[in-house]
Amino acid sequence: MMLTALALVVALAAAVSPSRAQSRTQIEFWYGLGQPLGGLIEKIVADFNASQTQYQVNPSFKGSYPETMVGAIAAFRAGTAPHIVQMFEVGTATMMSARGAVKPVHELMKETGVAFDPNVYVPAVKGYYSLPDGRMVAMPFNSSTTIMFYNKDAFKKAGLDPAKPPQTWPDLVAAAKKIKAANAAPCAFTTAWPTWAQFEQFSAIHDVPLATKANGMAGLDAELKINSPLHVKHVQNLIDMQKEGTFKYGGRDAAGDALFPSGECAMIHASSGLRARIMREAKFEWAPAMLPYWPGTPNAPKNSIIGGAAFWVMTSPTRKPEEYKGVAEFFRFISQPDVVAKWHTDTGFLPVTAAGYEKVKASGFYQQNPGTDLPYLQLTRTQPSENSRGLRLGNMPEIRNIIQEELEKAFQGQQTAQQALDNAVQRGNVVLRNFERANRS
Amino acid sequence: MQRRVIFDGKILPYLLLLPQVVITLVFFFWPAGQAVYQSFMLQDAFGLRQTFVGLENYRIVLADPLYLASAGRTVIFSAAVTVLAMASALALAVMADRQIRGAAAYKTLLIWPYAVAPAVAAVLWLFVFHPAIGIVGRGLRDLGLAWDYKLNGVQAMGLVILAASWKQVSYNFLFFLAGLQAIQKPVIEAAAIDGAGPARRFWSIVFPLLSPTTFFLLVVNLVYAFFGTFGVIHALTAGGPGKSTETLIYKLWVDGVINLDLGGSSAQSVILLVVVMALTGIQFRFIERRVHYG
Repeated sequence: MMLTALALVVALAAAVSPSRAQSRTQIEFWYGLGQPLGGLIEKIVADFNASQTQYQVNPSFKGSYPETMVGAIAAFRAGTAPHIVQMFEVGTATMMSARGAVKPVHELMKETGVAFDPNVYVPAVKGYYSLPDGRMVAMPFNSSTTIMFYNKDAFKKAGLDPAKPPQTWPDLVAAAKKIKAANAAPCAFTTAWPTWAQFEQFSAIHDVPLATKANGMAGLDAELKINSPLHVKHVQNLIDMQKEGTFKYGGRDAAGDALFPSGECAMIHASSGLRARIMREAKFEWAPAMLPYWPGTPNAPKNSIIGGAAFWVMTSPTRKPEEYKGVAEFFRFISQPDVVAKWHTDTGFLPVTAAGYEKVKASGFYQQNPGTDLPYLQLTRTQPSENSRGLRLGNMPEIRNIIQEELEKAFQGQQTAQQALDNAVQRGNVVLRNFERANRS
Repeated sequence: MQRRVIFDGKILPYLLLLPQVVITLVFFFWPAGQAVYQSFMLQDAFGLRQTFVGLENYRIVLADPLYLASAGRTVIFSAAVTVLAMASALALAVMADRQIRGAAAYKTLLIWPYAVAPAVAAVLWLFVFHPAIGIVGRGLRDLGLAWDYKLNGVQAMGLVILAASWKQVSYNFLFFLAGLQAIQKPVIEAAAIDGAGPARRFWSIVFPLLSPTTFFLLVVNLVYAFFGTFGVIHALTAGGPGKSTETLIYKLWVDGVINLDLGGSSAQSVILLVVVMALTGIQFRFIERRVHYG
């Protein structure tokens, strides 16, 4: 009787004693990608956790990129910031200026002694997340670029050649008209991330500035330049298409994504990362294509710029050195060519290291899956100029919302393209000046 | 002669009040105090640097044409929601108060919407009225109407007014019903005997006797329209399209949480607080004297 009781107590004690997992250093990781990409990130984290026994990374989905950014900042103010946060590219300026809240990657790797070579990264990616002197502040992971996806079945129905997507804007307008005339799809053309696709990428591809000071990379005193004649012409074209019924405004940020896989719109400008969702949901034949450009613009078409997100390390009053070591080990894990290559082939995101790209190329993946190397080719198409290296503008999420608001008013017929862009420039510059003032010290 | 009940204990009353006072202090006074404090500061997003700037945030906010436009929009929105919610509730209460079959069922079902969380209510309305995936939304488009509240500001405002009022109708209905049932039947019967028709009976007898309830609901509804409608707007339109449904409470959230301008957002919070306090004060001062307490 006593022996049974004793055995029971011992068994109970063993059951409630700290499990093996809890003796690992816990690292909190917040990410902002929905399914199916979020699931793929969690798989990578699970692989890392399984590959060693010292650290445990706990991933949690915190909403969209803007929501994750706000959540991380609020958590920092409360002293409970996560160790790693996935922050989208337009939050870069805000994160870079947050000295004290953010631990730059170069500093992290040096302190923890984990081997790190920034030159393994593709120049467009490295340049976006580095200080002027080349030291990296964030860990690139899911860099994307904007490309076009088009519905080959709808093209066939409209009498267009499905192997020849439109390469210039006039061609796109003509194709959209044909699709509408043949009723090949309820809507001919839409865009996701209107500001990223139709302003930031647009400016890079046409080699025109989005803002002064090399799009903000060269100084906090940048000013917006999105009301140039070319931008006005482009927005006016979209307004005209919308009035004609060939363009449908899909909404802000990622809202437009849903319109392509469902078959509603025949052409879309979206993140290359939308590929995973299209593969899963589209019930029609489709293909990717490069973004169109306006012929006659000097230097066009240039390389596009990256989007997507990177991983930032946040500080907290309760951080311990072994937690930072865990973060560094996780970063080393995700920059291995295998992981980079698999993430790229599973999704539409780019291979962020040259080694990753070479590995995928050598495996014959690009021959078996035509079009999957298109984002990478568009990104590396030319040597970047000052206008196509990327952008670094403070409070960019707010500026994007301003541009989206002015666009919405223009689409409702309440103002012309010129007025919309002039307003956007004026309001956006106020935001930039406020950011400059709050971060000058 | 009035009978008053007097308790002996000195500490018990305070102890009983303590939980409510603590909640009020922690959830109302403390954040309000922080808002006042932060409204005088200029901060970066992370709160790492802050400088005292006096009344500058207030000056910027009050001079901002977007703020004034939002204020105008809020007036229209609040008036519409209050009128719609109270009028519908009053009509429903009057009808549910009669001796009809299923009166109990009507009374129960009319109270349910109040239990629905604002954001959930908004999503329900979204699923009904969305131009691409909503039943009524698609129906309207099939009928040939250009229904797209995601692009038409007036339609968006109409929709949020409807969704916000719908939620509040139940609350008002409950109070109006109780108020109606408290009116003594002999008074109405006497009026009927004297030859007053139903409309005359309502406006001359029932409505004045209902005025304490109406006054109370007016105050509560206005506060709800100003502050409690955030969830509905956020889930349905997020202030869009093009700011057409951005009321003051929504604007101050966007400026604080999305645009990370805590100084400006706090200034807007304080201004809104003062405005609603003044509005309530005006109601008590001028309208309450017309209330007929039985």
